[in-house]
Amino acid sequence: MNIKEDFPILKDGLVYLDNAATTQKPRMVIDAVKGFYEEDYATIHRGLYPLSVTATRHYEAAREKVAELIGVPSNNLIFTSGTTEAINLVAHGLVLKKGDEILLTPHEHHSNIVPWQEAAKKVGAKVIWCKLNGDLTLDVDDIKKKLTKKTRVLAITHVSNVLGTINPLEEIIPHAKEHDTFVLVDGAQAVPHMRVHARRLGCDAYAFSSHKMYGPTGIGALFLKDLSLVPLCTGGDMIDDVTQEGSVFAENEPRRFEAGTPNITGAIGFAAAIDYIEKIGYDVIHAHEEQLLRKTWKALEEQPRVHLLGPAPETHRRAGLITFTIEGAPPHDVAEILGRQNVCIRAGKHCAHPLHQYLKLDEGTNRVSFAFYNSEEDVNTLLGALQKVQEVFK
Amino acid sequence: MSDSLYRELILEEYKHPKNKGTLEKPTCTCKKSNPVCGDEMTITLIVNDGIVTDIKFSCVGCAISQAAASLFTEHIKGKKVEEIENMDEKTILELLGIELNPMRMKCAVLVLRAVAGALEVK
Repeated sequence: MNIKEDFPILKDGLVYLDNAATTQKPRMVIDAVKGFYEEDYATIHRGLYPLSVTATRHYEAAREKVAELIGVPSNNLIFTSGTTEAINLVAHGLVLKKGDEILLTPHEHHSNIVPWQEAAKKVGAKVIWCKLNGDLTLDVDDIKKKLTKKTRVLAITHVSNVLGTINPLEEIIPHAKEHDTFVLVDGAQAVPHMRVHARRLGCDAYAFSSHKMYGPTGIGALFLKDLSLVPLCTGGDMIDDVTQEGSVFAENEPRRFEAGTPNITGAIGFAAAIDYIEKIGYDVIHAHEEQLLRKTWKALEEQPRVHLLGPAPETHRRAGLITFTIEGAPPHDVAEILGRQNVCIRAGKHCAHPLHQYLKLDEGTNRVSFAFYNSEEDVNTLLGALQKVQEVFK
Repeated sequence: MSDSLYRELILEEYKHPKNKGTLEKPTCTCKKSNPVCGDEMTITLIVNDGIVTDIKFSCVGCAISQAAASLFTEHIKGKKVEEIENMDEKTILELLGIELNPMRMKCAVLVLRAVAGALEVK
């Protein structure tokens, strides 16, 4: 599998291992974006000329493709600028009440924390946190205990961006639905790596981003079961009528949440990225990433100064990312030294300060995250580069 | 590989920093953080007759921010406040003797920002 040839940026030996932050783009996506601008670009939904009709068809076909990918009706698939905007849309669109409880997990990325804190603050709702088990997996019993009739929302990540653990949503969501709790799933770290069926999961909302799955930045998707939420953003294209006295919003249509000219080209690129993923196949992607994960985990586990976070791949389902610290070597310096060897990893707190506080890791951590274009050779280069780090910080 | 960033001086200052800790009775104090990496730096210092007579820093952070803090606090100890007022990024870079990219520059100048905050000069 010489996948790297599909990615122009990887041609000069770049070892890119920050895929949980964002992924590189294959030629297929770049060409789709370029081709759309060169041949089919116009505004959508409004123009009566043929070019606009074509552009609209491409945009709506992209919606269908994204919806199909996660097994939801396209009428319930909203294009957003990304996962963050999608979660904001839900947090503010639900209109919380005083006394409502929002249950969060310590696995959440800031994008699934801050919007809830802000929405709660406005009305006097309360953010509640569940606990973790000793191996840093979610304490499902604690979640069950904290789900009550007061729990208006459970906001939970499908895959932790720090630990890589795949959370047992199949077990958790039915308990939340017993209490009529709205369940939002942050799928940003899941959809790039595994087949997700959002409707089968039984959640009310599922959010993810294109740029973490080989597509362009600035575009993401939100599956939303109930389209009656209050729109976060208002303006053109989301209305049925506007008079000097007021406006009537579109009902029961995704455009209710897509005010203004959307990221049309982004949607086209997003669809091309999905075509690319389907061409490779989730089975192949998952198996390859799993192999890289196990190889890297095993090698790092044997190094006395390296401390790995979270459960081992043998004991818990996880996506292809590894977070670790090296005794005596601050994470930012580790990432810098690796960067000078053309190896890109992430250092810091990965937009998950509460988790790092929970773990008492004030200095932050190092994170290596795989995509299926990474090779065993990349892993060997990483391991060699980490050796140099340990030599510098003797 | 270019190891110039991690030359002996930097590593020595990181491993054995000068002026690390907290003064019991400071006349000025300030805490600043670097949102990029989450490093937090607290400066406690004593100004006596327009001169910084003692200074300590406490910080959890990377080698660059620690080394910069060690060198800079040592550099300004015993100097006049008005002299310190005129110091900027260049002073830090001269002390470190290395070049930094914009991201790492934020680590290096954290001590400068905290001292400036403590002296309320910038």
